[in-house]
Amino acid sequence: MDWLLPVAVAIPLTGAALTAAVGQWLRRPLLDLLAIATSTATLVVTLIVLVHTQAHDTLHWLGGWSPRHGQAIGIAFYAGPLDAGMAVLVAILMTASLVFSWSYIRAGGRFYRTLMLAFLAAMCGFALSADVFNMFVWFELMGVAAYALSGYRVEQLGPLQGAINFAITNSVGSFMLLTGIALLYGRTGALNLAQMGKALSVRGPDGLTIVAFALIVSGFLVKSAIVPFHMWVADAHAVAPAPVCVLFAGVEIQLGLLGIARIYWTVFEAPFGVHASAVRGVLLGVGLATALLGAVMCFLQRHLKRLLAYSAISFAGIMLVGIALLDAKSLAGTAHMVLSHGLLEGGLFLACGVLLQQLESIDELTLHGRGRKLPWLGVLFALGGIGLIGAPYVGTFLGHSLIEDGAREHGHGWVDPLVAIAAGISSGAVLRAGARVFLGWGPAEDPLLTAQPPEEPPERKKSPIGMMAASTGALVLLGVVMSVVPGLEDRVVHGADRFRDRHAYVDFILKGHERAPGPAAPYVVHPATAASLGWSGLSVVVALAAALLGLCWRRIPQAALRILARTLGPPVRGLRSVHSGIPGDYVTWITVGAALVGGVWAVTLR
Amino acid sequence: MSYLPYAVAAWLFLVGLYGVATSRNLIHMTVCLSVMQSSTYVLLLAIGYKTGGTAPIFLGIRSNARAVDPVVQALALTDIVVSVTVMALVLALALDVHKQTGTVDPDKIADFSG
Repeated sequence: MDWLLPVAVAIPLTGAALTAAVGQWLRRPLLDLLAIATSTATLVVTLIVLVHTQAHDTLHWLGGWSPRHGQAIGIAFYAGPLDAGMAVLVAILMTASLVFSWSYIRAGGRFYRTLMLAFLAAMCGFALSADVFNMFVWFELMGVAAYALSGYRVEQLGPLQGAINFAITNSVGSFMLLTGIALLYGRTGALNLAQMGKALSVRGPDGLTIVAFALIVSGFLVKSAIVPFHMWVADAHAVAPAPVCVLFAGVEIQLGLLGIARIYWTVFEAPFGVHASAVRGVLLGVGLATALLGAVMCFLQRHLKRLLAYSAISFAGIMLVGIALLDAKSLAGTAHMVLSHGLLEGGLFLACGVLLQQLESIDELTLHGRGRKLPWLGVLFALGGIGLIGAPYVGTFLGHSLIEDGAREHGHGWVDPLVAIAAGISSGAVLRAGARVFLGWGPAEDPLLTAQPPEEPPERKKSPIGMMAASTGALVLLGVVMSVVPGLEDRVVHGADRFRDRHAYVDFILKGHERAPGPAAPYVVHPATAASLGWSGLSVVVALAAALLGLCWRRIPQAALRILARTLGPPVRGLRSVHSGIPGDYVTWITVGAALVGGVWAVTLR
Repeated sequence: MSYLPYAVAAWLFLVGLYGVATSRNLIHMTVCLSVMQSSTYVLLLAIGYKTGGTAPIFLGIRSNARAVDPVVQALALTDIVVSVTVMALVLALALDVHKQTGTVDPDKIADFSG
């Protein structure tokens, strides 16, 4: 089955080339079918790989250049359960997006399909690479396809601004990444992850390794929307077409996090493993800051896609927390959260696309009560919001509970309430928006929320809604049941365990020693711990309170409002003005962030 | 081995970063990005350089001849290809911005914020 790994990348690349080459002679439905078929074929291949990885790690040396005498000389694709799972999620979301685009993007859609398939190939390639420079190349291809897709509607100013901010900030991030990779190559003489890890395990940490680590992590943090590297995200996600946002918020950010996790556990754990607390401290700090700041900014939005973008930022923070705790259970929590969050957030973005196309607006206040015409969409929107909260056994619950259990077991229990509150606030904002749009609750004016320029609907209403409804519904419903899939928990935990096992990884890649397969996990749903049920309850309460507060804060007595305005006003205004929409400012923040991360590690990682 | 190329790489990186952060013109900003990118070329080539080494073309020279590292040269080439794509895209977007607004000042087109 090993030969399937490059096939998962070759299929979408071929599809992209085909749509570009023969697209002008194909009628649109045929072009669409070609794109959807390519994406579905990729999904099937990645699913086969995922099933295969349950018992065996999967490795393919391109061109047959396998290691000689324990020295890697070729370029490899590798998939364990988590890597393959990521590729599967990418393919699911891409297929749903392309089905949605059938009636959503009709005019000038030729290069749109080409870009989407190139984006798919790049994301699969990144998820399956076992070579750091190869990871960089896929990362860049992913970036270029994404810049072009976010600025797809160049006839409006918003998409231009979003795409420029996206391209500038992410280019700066990728230069940091490349500089880090170059330094690491200079130190180890290798580009294969296992080989680099092996070379670094011989020597202790030194200045050069620390600088390389800080640069590589900072580069990935730009992509993964972590404070203070995150500011481009809301601009780009707000303006990209809805089916593109599904991929931006559902997998692109998370691939940045996968990059950090993979490079830490294959390469840098060797020199820095003894200083794990220093690595943990920094990542935990920025992760929690992201979770909370993202949630607050989410609450202040009325532009629905921008609101969802901030919700994705907040969740990216929670996912980084799961990685930062550096234990198997929390990592498993992050992996599960990537899966359930990707499906739910994707479904919500598609719902926004339906709103824009049918009701010609994407503004919570303009749409006040007008969503009553689309009751089925309201139900899906509400399910999506409830799934994101992580209410017991719904949606992201399993991810939350694994991260929180992991934190508690390793003496970081103070993380749990912060994570629960962040998830509550951002999901509360989603529920508030849903209640206002689909039920007409609350006033139709709210000075608390930031006004944004309107987006023009993609097409007039005549296009059929069936395929859009089907893909939206499929994503939301799949996401909602993810916490009660029998056997998923055991498999994710087992996958995370293998993801973290550097020695087995090095032995497998360089010497071909396969690890012994464990006993097959039973197909059961484990009962959750009392503590995680408690934190989940807290999330639900916070979410309901936030939604209620957002809808009827004017009923608070005047005196109390004045005190609130005086205490909360200045920090909120400050937070808003920081997100200025100007790329130069964003790059300054990225520089500050990288300097902070590097500075702290320069002091603590010795 | 001289430290000069590393110093040049660091300087190019920082001066390019300063330019991107302070630029008031999208075209100028793109040029600053390419200055930053140049720092990675210098760094890569410096890492692979060997004093007295020849070009890594092993045809017609002794098989044990001293040659510079071909891997970093391949990386630099890939890097150049990638950068050209990004530059072309940003410049095309800047053109569109100018068509619509008559300006290329990123501060003046900040439509979304907060």
